[in-house]
Amino acid sequence: MNGFDFIFLFVALVTLVSAFKVVTAPKLIHAALWLIVALFGVAMTYVLLNAAFLAVVQVVVYIGAIAILMIFAIMLTRKVMEDTGPQMNPNWGWAAILGAAFFAGLTWLLLKSGAEGAALPSLAADFDPIVELGQQLVSPNAYVLPFEVASVLLLAALIGAIVVAWEK
Amino acid sequence: MINLSWYLIFAAALFSIGLYGVLSRKNAVAILMGIELMLNAININLVAFWRYQDPTVITGQVFAVIVFAVAAAEVAVGLALVISLYRRKNTVVANDINLLKW
Repeated sequence: MNGFDFIFLFVALVTLVSAFKVVTAPKLIHAALWLIVALFGVAMTYVLLNAAFLAVVQVVVYIGAIAILMIFAIMLTRKVMEDTGPQMNPNWGWAAILGAAFFAGLTWLLLKSGAEGAALPSLAADFDPIVELGQQLVSPNAYVLPFEVASVLLLAALIGAIVVAWEK
Repeated sequence: MINLSWYLIFAAALFSIGLYGVLSRKNAVAILMGIELMLNAININLVAFWRYQDPTVITGQVFAVIVFAVAAAEVAVGLALVISLYRRKNTVVANDINLLKW
């Protein structure tokens, strides 16, 4: 076990523990803060997978925008849902069973598929994933159409959000 | 020693935790947090498959970027709906949101 493995295991453990705190923390504001830790752990995973651009986008978009938006929403809606009451559905036990069964099923499928033995292909020295990603995203022969559609979707969603939340 | 299966099992665990959060929480904002965890698990899968298959084919990362955009759109609309419901019905509990029920 080398240092890379140790770092991966540490990041995975921190991410999973904080994700668990996100879904179980009795105070919602604590859940939102744990969500930031979990999202940061996912960003670390992207770094370990040589996806540097996605790691930066993860920090900027998820932590900088989405998590802060969550905290805003929690603070704005704080009065109606006290932190003391039960935060769980009455049937949370079924949810736990379903989650555990889902994990067991996915792991079983994975071990059965034989994909686990894939070795890590080395990146060529002159290959930069960020350059390649940037070119592919705006190349007419590749992904410019999905990229533009995603931009329009985001614009429509943000206008829709303003309209929905507008105070008349 | 770390190979593809470690990342996939990690993502599966994160997805299952998010699923549990979505199904068990009462507060609509907490349900959205669970959805965020699930989307992140999917993104880890996409990036891990990109890295462990052919890294010169960048499709996995492009797909992850699209998922980022859709997640941002989803959370913006979702939180706007929660705020609007809070103003009109004075509740954020998913069980109480039954305006369409006859």
